Amino acid sequence: MTVGAAIATPKVDWLALSPSLALLAAATVCLLGAVLVPAAARRAFSATFAGAGFGVAAVLAAVVFDRSPEQELLIAESMTRDRIAALAQIVLAGAGLLSVLVSWGDRRRDHVGEYYALLAAAGGGMLFFVSAGNLMTLFLGLEWLSIPLYILTAMDTHRKRSLEAGLKYLIVGSFGSAILLFGAALTYGATGQLGFNAIREATGADDPLFVTGMAMILAGLAFKASAAPFHMWTPDVYEGAPTAVTGFMSAATKAAALVVTLRVLVTAFPEQAEIWSLAVAVLAVASLVVGNLAALAQKDVKRLLAYSSVSHAGFMLIAVAANSPLGGRALLYYLIPYGAMSIGAFAVVAARERELGRAVTLTTLEGYGWERPFHAAALWVFMLGFAGFPLTGGMLGKFYVFSAAYEAGWWWLVVVGVVATAASIYYYLSVIRALFMRPAPARADLVAAGGSPAADPALTAAIVAAVAVTVGSFFFVQPLVDLAGHAVSALSF
Amino acid sequence: MLTTLLIVLPLVAAAVVWAAPLPREATAGIASLVALVEVGLWILALLRFDFGSSALQHSAQREWFSDLGVSYHVGFYGFSLWLAGLTVALGAAAIGFGMWVGRDRARAYYGLMLFLVGAVVGVFASQDLLLFYVFFEAMLIPIYILVGVWGGPNRAAATIMFVVYTMAGSLLMLASIVAFGLSQGTFDLIAAGTSDNDWVFLGFAVAFAVKAPLFPFHGWLRAAYTEAPPEVAALLSGVVSKAAVFGFVWIVLRHFPGPVGDWRTVILVLAATGLVYGSLLAFRQPDMRGVVAYSSMGQMGLITLGIFAGNDLGLGGAVLQSVGHGLVSAAMFLLAGMVIERTGSDRFADLGGMAKGRPVLATIVMIVGMLTLAVPGSANFAGEFAILAGVFAQGWGYAAVGAVAIVLAAMYTLRLISAVLHRASGAAIRAEALDLRPGEVALVLPLVLALLALSAWPAAVSDRSFPDRGPAGVISEAAE
Repeated sequence: MTVGAAIATPKVDWLALSPSLALLAAATVCLLGAVLVPAAARRAFSATFAGAGFGVAAVLAAVVFDRSPEQELLIAESMTRDRIAALAQIVLAGAGLLSVLVSWGDRRRDHVGEYYALLAAAGGGMLFFVSAGNLMTLFLGLEWLSIPLYILTAMDTHRKRSLEAGLKYLIVGSFGSAILLFGAALTYGATGQLGFNAIREATGADDPLFVTGMAMILAGLAFKASAAPFHMWTPDVYEGAPTAVTGFMSAATKAAALVVTLRVLVTAFPEQAEIWSLAVAVLAVASLVVGNLAALAQKDVKRLLAYSSVSHAGFMLIAVAANSPLGGRALLYYLIPYGAMSIGAFAVVAARERELGRAVTLTTLEGYGWERPFHAAALWVFMLGFAGFPLTGGMLGKFYVFSAAYEAGWWWLVVVGVVATAASIYYYLSVIRALFMRPAPARADLVAAGGSPAADPALTAAIVAAVAVTVGSFFFVQPLVDLAGHAVSALSF
Repeated sequence: MLTTLLIVLPLVAAAVVWAAPLPREATAGIASLVALVEVGLWILALLRFDFGSSALQHSAQREWFSDLGVSYHVGFYGFSLWLAGLTVALGAAAIGFGMWVGRDRARAYYGLMLFLVGAVVGVFASQDLLLFYVFFEAMLIPIYILVGVWGGPNRAAATIMFVVYTMAGSLLMLASIVAFGLSQGTFDLIAAGTSDNDWVFLGFAVAFAVKAPLFPFHGWLRAAYTEAPPEVAALLSGVVSKAAVFGFVWIVLRHFPGPVGDWRTVILVLAATGLVYGSLLAFRQPDMRGVVAYSSMGQMGLITLGIFAGNDLGLGGAVLQSVGHGLVSAAMFLLAGMVIERTGSDRFADLGGMAKGRPVLATIVMIVGMLTLAVPGSANFAGEFAILAGVFAQGWGYAAVGAVAIVLAAMYTLRLISAVLHRASGAAIRAEALDLRPGEVALVLPLVLALLALSAWPAAVSDRSFPDRGPAGVISEAAE
């Protein structure tokens, strides 16, 4: 008798795992390239493979989306194969692909192979994370996506800020992970179950341990989504990390964390919906208030965008708090333009940063609008999108979120969201004002060193794609909402 | 199809003008051409318009997203067709003025101007609430940049004030739109019924009150109208403020009959206050644009009186006055711009005596001034008369206040005319008499001619704004 026959091995659905595996493979190849490929070709080699990894992952996720009309639990119920995971994976992989394009022009000399390997690995972790089906894979996915990001944040070893940010992110992030793990342990202790579906059906729901566990899981996820009051790492880390990584984090990490929040709360804790939807609503309000007020005072554009991302976490949490199919659709729709706008905005910041060789503040953006009309117009579009102006998907995202909140009876959340949006206009417009309405400074240190920067077609392609998604999601709402609707139907509201 | 073309043509042209690396003259030429084509398209729409029919005309509808019942639904009723006509005419004049002055950064400038024209036409054509919001907000984007980049020395403060006020209003409106649309099950303005919710009503009413602006929401007005380039100020006071008229008539009156009844007194009192207050402030302003700015505020108060008079007479007069005031104030702002081009200032202290040796300028300023103060026989007189007669039904006090304000209008207009044209020559007036050149006359004259035509036949607008059942009939249709 063989060992294999003695131990019942679960059937593995390789297709469902394939998007994560594609990125793991890409990470491996990049890492090998860091050793085997000559230094001169290393950047092209690893960027190509990382990009290809994200591209293949997106295609595979699309295949999974197409072939998974019903939710299936895989590998001893530790993973789920459904459309919400697949759609999130497509968005995440798209964000990763754009980040690779943004990274291409980085003047990074050493550790190029490792950089792309870590980017692909983080992406793989996110794709795994969103299809988590039990508390163990949830924690595993969280750590898998976080550890590469900790390293990526500290990757610019010559910048103190980057090192500081890496350390800060590591400590605070680990703290968040620990809270989530503790919450998972309490939940397991109360129910004796790991799987989300099994937790829902388990008895012992009135156990205070159970509710505490749920709250701690929510807090752990809120750390990753950088929702207030768990956001304090965000500005420092966003400022310190290499800008391309910041863009990736603000779009992808947040998207993954929010999708998982929705999945966990709706799947595992439907009985406690009254408690958690109020808690999520409170988180949303806190994020909107803190994010928008703090952003008003920022001068550094990356910090400004960091606080803006906190406020957007608030908007998306409103959709989660609605606890309805419309809310789910709103969240998934919102993620698409939001991801594009985030990466696009950070891409423009990266371009300016490379040009100047120093941090991009509102002051160093002055006059940029007339120097680089394309970058500036793109940044203009992203800011308008963040602020919820028409002709961008950002406006319809807010509209959907407010609709979901209103339908769920949370009319005061709509009011808070509207007031927060009004406040946010000020700082988004201050970016536009810096771009177009101030004369270019005469200071020599703000002039690009060595004349015009080299053309960077990869960055341009990323910005064009981000603008296309931002604006396109405004005009082609129906197909996107249909996709989101299919995805949400996997959840049992 | 025609309506869609009217909206899309300037938007597409804006993108083309911005993206195509053409020299300034070519860019300006293309923009002017597109603006004239817009006028032509509108005339075509007018010729094909059946004023006897009560249906939405030149309409087009396409589903946008179905789960919430939002669609791209555009078309015109009589009153919105007139407002759209005002928009394309003033748009062409303003773009022509920009060309005449030779605005720098031509590609961005003309792109934004065309974008603004398209967005305003979109506002007047929208028959879906969310679509209306889209255009209503879209107007703000070009205005912000146009004022912020090409505006006067204090433009930074002016733009912030303007944006903060209008965004605060329109975001409350967004909340109202969500609440109204979801409770109705559709965002379609024609299919939707009525609502009795005071809060939803207030969200809309405040947004339009800021846009108009009505007292006490006018804090942004002075700085924005004065710091904006004159041709942008012409569009702001001429047509952008009329978005409030459209909103009041087609959203507030039609879909909130109950709250309108409850709040009518408040609105009428605010409108009358704004009328008197704006007119008094206009009398005290030290510069041409300040006078026109506050007179616009007063006139918007008067128009609001007409809208909420609650009868056909007032409503028809309000539409007529909207068109008349749009033409008058835009012409005045353009004339102020031409004076500034000559003297570098529009402050009365620097001006004076411009009539001497400048007969064309003097004649046109005089005609526009006479129309502004609504001499009997003018379109504005007809409009004011209808509004006052209409609002008399709500109480003689409103009509009396309105009549007082008309006297004030005569005072501030005559003060403007005498300060610019007569008196002793001011410090900024140079000896050589630079009269209006043919190009400048060509910009203002069409507006003046339109006003004179309207003066000869005001019923063209006032009686043809709403089909045979009369405005009140169309408005109350939603309640049925």
